[in-house]
Amino acid sequence: MLSRTLLRMGRQRPAAMLPSFARSYASSSNKKDDTTHFGYRTVNTEDKEKLVRGVFSLVASNYDVMNDAMSFGVHRLWKHHFINRLDAGMRPGALKPLDFLDVAGGTGDIAFGLLDHASKNFGDVSSTMTVADINPDMLAEGKVRYEASKWNDGSNRVTFLEQNGETMDAIPDASKDVYTIAFGIRNFTNIQAGLNTAYRVLRPGGVFACLEFSHVDNPVVDYAYQAYSFGLLPLMGQLIANDRDSYQYLVESIRRFPKQDDFSSMIKKAGFYVPEPGYENLTFGVASIHIGVKL
Amino acid sequence: MLSSGLGLRSVAQKRSFGLSVLTTAMASLMFSENNRLASKMESGKLHYEDSNSRFDKMLTEATFKRRAPEYPSHVPLYNVEKFMMFVGSGIGAYFHPERNEFIVGLGESTAIKPVLRRLQKQMLSDPVGRQILKERPRMTSTSLDLDYLKSLPPNTIGNTYVKWLEKEGVSPDTRVPVRYIDDAELAYIYQRYRECHDFYHSITGLPIIIEGEIAVKVFEFMNIGMPMSGLGALFAPFHLKKHQMERLYSIYYPWAIKCGLNSKPLINVYWENILEEDLDVFRKKMCIEQPPDLRAMRKLYFAAKKAAKN
Repeated sequence: MLSRTLLRMGRQRPAAMLPSFARSYASSSNKKDDTTHFGYRTVNTEDKEKLVRGVFSLVASNYDVMNDAMSFGVHRLWKHHFINRLDAGMRPGALKPLDFLDVAGGTGDIAFGLLDHASKNFGDVSSTMTVADINPDMLAEGKVRYEASKWNDGSNRVTFLEQNGETMDAIPDASKDVYTIAFGIRNFTNIQAGLNTAYRVLRPGGVFACLEFSHVDNPVVDYAYQAYSFGLLPLMGQLIANDRDSYQYLVESIRRFPKQDDFSSMIKKAGFYVPEPGYENLTFGVASIHIGVKL
Repeated sequence: MLSSGLGLRSVAQKRSFGLSVLTTAMASLMFSENNRLASKMESGKLHYEDSNSRFDKMLTEATFKRRAPEYPSHVPLYNVEKFMMFVGSGIGAYFHPERNEFIVGLGESTAIKPVLRRLQKQMLSDPVGRQILKERPRMTSTSLDLDYLKSLPPNTIGNTYVKWLEKEGVSPDTRVPVRYIDDAELAYIYQRYRECHDFYHSITGLPIIIEGEIAVKVFEFMNIGMPMSGLGALFAPFHLKKHQMERLYSIYYPWAIKCGLNSKPLINVYWENILEEDLDVFRKKMCIEQPPDLRAMRKLYFAAKKAAKN
């Protein structure tokens, strides 16, 4: 069970208990002793990746059912708006097809949505799509969906890769035109590294687009939103998916994510040009779209 | 002298006046704005803000906070949440009683404080109950040595239990830990109730099919009084076929009600210590009667039905 895994992995190492200045003298490799947040818990940095992978392995099988139940279907509206706003596709008369990269897109809904939009609006049937996810179980769900979909027509446009979004070793520099990540970047151990990698793999002129849960400014809406997310969502996880802890982690990780302006600054720091106004809030800021362009 | 200058002031007052002036002067020098800022800078809190401290601040800004947990797996819920869990798991348990998460949710949301306090009082007023509450034994797959139980003589509690497990094809799996009951001792009492469920099955001989479960639930409700078992006894039969309902209402409900009310409190039985006891002696002591074998009755019924068809 998740709680048992967390207890085993979430142990504080003795060096982490020392005050910060003593820590640098106490151990040779300071980086390894750093701790980070996992929801509201503090865990060792090197363990976070495993813990996140564990959470998504547990939620993979009813991922879409739970998404629909938790957001009452609104996540579909968000994703449609995201895809429409990106409006990506090889224009008729263009010379080269586009190379899409969907990160943390395990189950493939954004990936297939993008391909759909491109083919419906521009008649683009030659752009390639790479779906990368750190979790093999989510990727397996995506592959199953791909096999059953119309994209599995022998053209091999869609590839699935098990990759860590912070390094992405299998993807060469400047090889992608569109990098999308929906509801995935908050789970990265090092978000800035993920953004830097996004910059690396994009060609000049490439677009980075991120759809993520964010902060609600309006205090009244925020109160209702928090009561809902901390009260109802773990309960839904408990009753529908028999797993309260994973959904508790999910709502806590949403709180831990940087605010809209901070995240825009992080994108700028990675080297992207962020067009004004920097982000677009959806549903009062419950979700938000951040776009960056590599010039 | 100062005293002449300040009139009738006493020496003690003079001394405290001087001391307070001295203290004020020293403190205002030590804790002046510049000195405080310098101390902050020295300890690294003035100019450098690390992102972790910013995230920590975000944490304290949260408007939704839970009370501190009282035992390791505790999730302190608000009453609204408990009610929502009751509604959700109630609906789920009615339509899908085989799914454990609904039974768990329904049980823990209906085991309200008055019910558990009554049980606690019952346990505290009995010497064996007090021993159970003091030692807090947990039944895990390791604490019950199945091989040893198999080696016991046939009519003992332990051997009957193991034989029942094999007959029904279940294992003494670790029951889900209690999470939503506030107060550590009441949570233990509920955990004990959950873990002893299989023993109630084995001493009455009732199988794990839905009829057997309902019969055990009625028996438990009459004896222990957990609301969830009462709800199960009321609503679960609506799913059954006519012949099952007839059998339940005519034989097993009367048996369970009579037996549950007559027998001594089951919650005060220290099962781990009486595994070698003879089953009949135990039943007589506890005033429990053995109901008719449910699986045998079902076989008879289906055989009669087949014969009638032919």
